[in-house]
Amino acid sequence: MTLKDKHIILKTEDLSIGYASKKAKTIIASNINIELKKGELIGLIGANGIGKSTLLRTLTHVQNPLKGHIFLNGKNISEYLALDLAKAMSLVLTEQMASKNLSVFELIALGRQPYTNWLGNVTTEDSNVITKAMEQTNITNLKHKKCFELSDGQLQKVMIARALAQDTDLIILDEPTTHLDMYHKAYILKLLQKLAKETNKTILFSSHEIDLAIQLCDTLIVMTKNKVVTNQPCNLIKEGVFETLFPKDLITFNSDTGSFRVKK
Amino acid sequence: MNTPNTYKISFLVLCLLLIICFFANISLGSASIPNSGILKTLIGNTENSFWKNIIIDYRLPKAFTAVIVGSGLGISGLMVQTLFRNPLAGPFVLGITSGASLGVAIVTMGASLFGGVLAGIFISQWSLVIAATLGSFLVLMAVLIVSIKVRDTMAILIIGLMFASITSAVVSVLSYFSSADNLQQFIFWGFGSLGNLSWNELLILFVLYTIGIFLSILSIKTLNTLLLGENYAKSLGVNLKKSRLIIIIATSLLAGTITAFTGPIAFIGLAIPHITRQVFNTSNHKILLPAVFIIGAIVMLICDSIAQLPNSDLTLPINAITSLVGAPIVIWLLVRKRKMMF
Repeated sequence: MTLKDKHIILKTEDLSIGYASKKAKTIIASNINIELKKGELIGLIGANGIGKSTLLRTLTHVQNPLKGHIFLNGKNISEYLALDLAKAMSLVLTEQMASKNLSVFELIALGRQPYTNWLGNVTTEDSNVITKAMEQTNITNLKHKKCFELSDGQLQKVMIARALAQDTDLIILDEPTTHLDMYHKAYILKLLQKLAKETNKTILFSSHEIDLAIQLCDTLIVMTKNKVVTNQPCNLIKEGVFETLFPKDLITFNSDTGSFRVKK
Repeated sequence: MNTPNTYKISFLVLCLLLIICFFANISLGSASIPNSGILKTLIGNTENSFWKNIIIDYRLPKAFTAVIVGSGLGISGLMVQTLFRNPLAGPFVLGITSGASLGVAIVTMGASLFGGVLAGIFISQWSLVIAATLGSFLVLMAVLIVSIKVRDTMAILIIGLMFASITSAVVSVLSYFSSADNLQQFIFWGFGSLGNLSWNELLILFVLYTIGIFLSILSIKTLNTLLLGENYAKSLGVNLKKSRLIIIIATSLLAGTITAFTGPIAFIGLAIPHITRQVFNTSNHKILLPAVFIIGAIVMLICDSIAQLPNSDLTLPINAITSLVGAPIVIWLLVRKRKMMF
């Protein structure tokens, strides 16, 4: 590992993603080279069906890449043991949890599972990590509530706290702002920005909130039909990447305000 | 709000209740024996051989069987409900009960079809147990092989139900062609019975049951992680295939052997976990597992005491009693709380 790579948490080399069956390979995107640095908030944006989820599934080792490599902390992700991967990368998924009968504390405590003993006992140290995660996400007052009593926005904060408690360098969130109102969309993304700065963790999320992502992210990964571009938001605006995101018949990108407008 | 302290009190009360129910169960029965006589017999301080026979050879093994059946079925129900994320699941969903009944059906009703000499060998006390064990074991193996190949847990659930339909169809065909006597024997097995176990049989049941309980305790951590869903469990470093296999083996060992020895006992596996969740108001398996154990044993002991119809010569089918007693409890609990959680 060279000195320059030290601050790089996740790196892909010539990555191709898609689905392989016995008969044929379906390549969804190829030639992906991205570098996620420590303490950065990174947004992954792109149109529906462009392959955001497939990319996230590949980065999180749920499915294998068709070609190329993914390095997490300098080590190829396919060489990780399941438990070690759990200590290096935590997830916030779109799927609903199976049971909402857990209390907020119990749920966040599940984030400590890679560290606890065979019975899952929470030690004082685990408790401290959990308490800190709740403070960082402003949910200490919800500690004893049951998850089915929470609003969608509160629940999302709890899930983020759970990922924090897992104590990993990288947190990946799959569309964390769906189902939320405009205020809470901004709130959650702002919270992620704060967490990346305060905890020096790398946070990657996929989202359709392009306007907010442009304002809040350090880096954006933009997936278009032909290529995957990574850069700072202001540079991407200059390059005119956002104009190529969608078909041009309905909405246009205004590079002065950094937002989309409906055509009159 | 439940704190560790209120849990402790609840557990203490439940343990007391379990002990009371255990002794009440022993002291109640068709033959009326005074309490002092029961105590004397238990500590081996009596000359009354009639009491000895009844208590040591019948009531005591029956009470132990009730504890094993209630706790074992309850815990296997708890595990499948969490594994399949389905509050309606019970041990039967893996096709275990129907596998056992297929085995018994082949022995009781198929024997006459296969001819005279074999029939004599086939129909004995042990043959039913062996047949039921083999039947549930075969269905279990089929489900296991499928579960290794299939990734989706819901698919396993449906495949288990399909196996159940196939076996029950075979059972129907067998009963259509069998004689009235054989059919009756099969139906009697279907009523379930706790009282047919000798100490030797109880020992075998206990050994297998202990292995099942041991595996379920090992699964506590995984079961809690599964409350988040399978993908989250994976992201927390859980080896899904391995843990799923252990949970299915534990469930099958518990439900399979219990069904083999006592016949199908309805309802306990489905209802005990729900009753326990309502009492303890938690989904944490570290609390639920021991609680299901105790509550299952208590409910089974009570059901058995009712089935014996104290001071009469009649014994009702235990299978009917468990449903008659348990179903209203679950309905009442759910109507009161209006939420079906798991």
